[in-house]
Amino acid sequence: MGAGHGHVLYRESDSPVHRLPPEVKIVAMVVFTIAVVATPREAFWAFGAYALLVAVVAALARVGPRWLLSRALIELPFVLFAVALPFLGAGERVEVLGLRLSEDGLHGAWNILAKGTLGVLASLLLAATTTTRDLIVGLDRLHCPQVLTQIATFMLRYLDVLVGEARRMRVARISRGDDPRFLWQLRGFAAGIGALFLRAFERGERVYLAMLSRGYTGRMPAVWQGDGAATTGQWLVAATVPVVAASIAATAVVLT
Amino acid sequence: METLAMHISNGIINGPVAAVFAALALAALTFCVLRARRDLDDRLAPMAGLVAAFIFAVQMLNFPIFTAGVSGHLLGGALAAMLVGPWVGALCVAVVLVVQALIFGDGGVAMLGLNITNMALLGTAAAYLLIALLLRVLPRTPAGLAVTAFVAAMLSVVVASQGFVVQYWLGGTTDLGGNLAGLAGTMAGVHLLIGIGEGLITATTVLTVAKVRPDLVYALRSLRTPAAPVVPVAGGVR
Repeated sequence: MGAGHGHVLYRESDSPVHRLPPEVKIVAMVVFTIAVVATPREAFWAFGAYALLVAVVAALARVGPRWLLSRALIELPFVLFAVALPFLGAGERVEVLGLRLSEDGLHGAWNILAKGTLGVLASLLLAATTTTRDLIVGLDRLHCPQVLTQIATFMLRYLDVLVGEARRMRVARISRGDDPRFLWQLRGFAAGIGALFLRAFERGERVYLAMLSRGYTGRMPAVWQGDGAATTGQWLVAATVPVVAASIAATAVVLT
Repeated sequence: METLAMHISNGIINGPVAAVFAALALAALTFCVLRARRDLDDRLAPMAGLVAAFIFAVQMLNFPIFTAGVSGHLLGGALAAMLVGPWVGALCVAVVLVVQALIFGDGGVAMLGLNITNMALLGTAAAYLLIALLLRVLPRTPAGLAVTAFVAAMLSVVVASQGFVVQYWLGGTTDLGGNLAGLAGTMAGVHLLIGIGEGLITATTVLTVAKVRPDLVYALRSLRTPAAPVVPVAGGVR
């Protein structure tokens, strides 16, 4: 059930970006990220151009900046690492606001911040416009080995089973007089983690056997494939983003 | 103090080193795919999916370690190696990492090779070697199995964290000078603590599964007497 629907990050909409086939979006996103990472960190203007590119795609996908930026907080631990770098780095020191900071460290912090943020924004855009089911269809069309797509399909499918079982076990505990507050809920959860795994497995095994008896062969049926593979036109449309990114990166490499 | 989660995000390690590790990870995963095809039967397929889902859920639990200003999370490599074997296990962890990078932005896409090498390959390989060794040495009792799972999980996390230190040494974008040993020490210390948490979760889970459905534990397959046919038991009946 769950696999057919979107995940928490999916934004239901009917924008041009949503309509693009998933394999096209995956390739565009990966190439864009590689171009960003390959850009020399001194080319500040290039990162501004990338940000503009992300903003254009976000506008086309009808994803608001507030949604995008609040979800981007996932990279917070790395920002903290970046903040530490100017103090830890070796080499030339420069005075900034009365602090003696490592110049190399400052560059490093900027590097992580800029490239990390752009990468997170790109994957958030992919997530916002692609359901998990489409993602797997896309990986399958990109000739990802079937073993991997099979594991990924079951993983996404069983996540809901796992969450459902955990909820049922919690209700069962509470209805038997367990009244945990705040952190003490963890104790009951930790004690039951083995049972949770087993219950989820047995439910998952039934799901799997039901799939087998309905003709599952390790690959999802053609219905899943939706509108069919990407056309040349769609590839060309989606290629604009990685091509622009790659030319920005190439210019930056030449200039620095 | 350094602050690191296990997933390396874009820009922390330079491009060439990331590319080398991506090629390495791709080659190793191809080998795993070839071996996994032989392993993946009707019982292992749903188990692999569940193990991946479990790891996915468990990696969301972050352990904040306040003294060091560091947060880390569980890896699940040992659990995967124990329940589905090293080949399918490595693939399970790799799938989790790919999905996280693609749609959750957790760990940069360009750094996937590095992350897969650390967590899916190094972590699972270290765990499986320890499991194979300890299961031979320790008594074949539930306690022996629990100790095996605990130690394998704990040490595999530390090994995986040192993989990052090696990668940073090879291609860190910022020269930390003499602080590299400090980085190694911090990473090892922090991940020893995470490893204890990981060990406890792995040991409890594996022990429960081994008690009720020993047929599901891959690591016990070679030790079982082949004569006894396995009857799946429904529910918690024993």
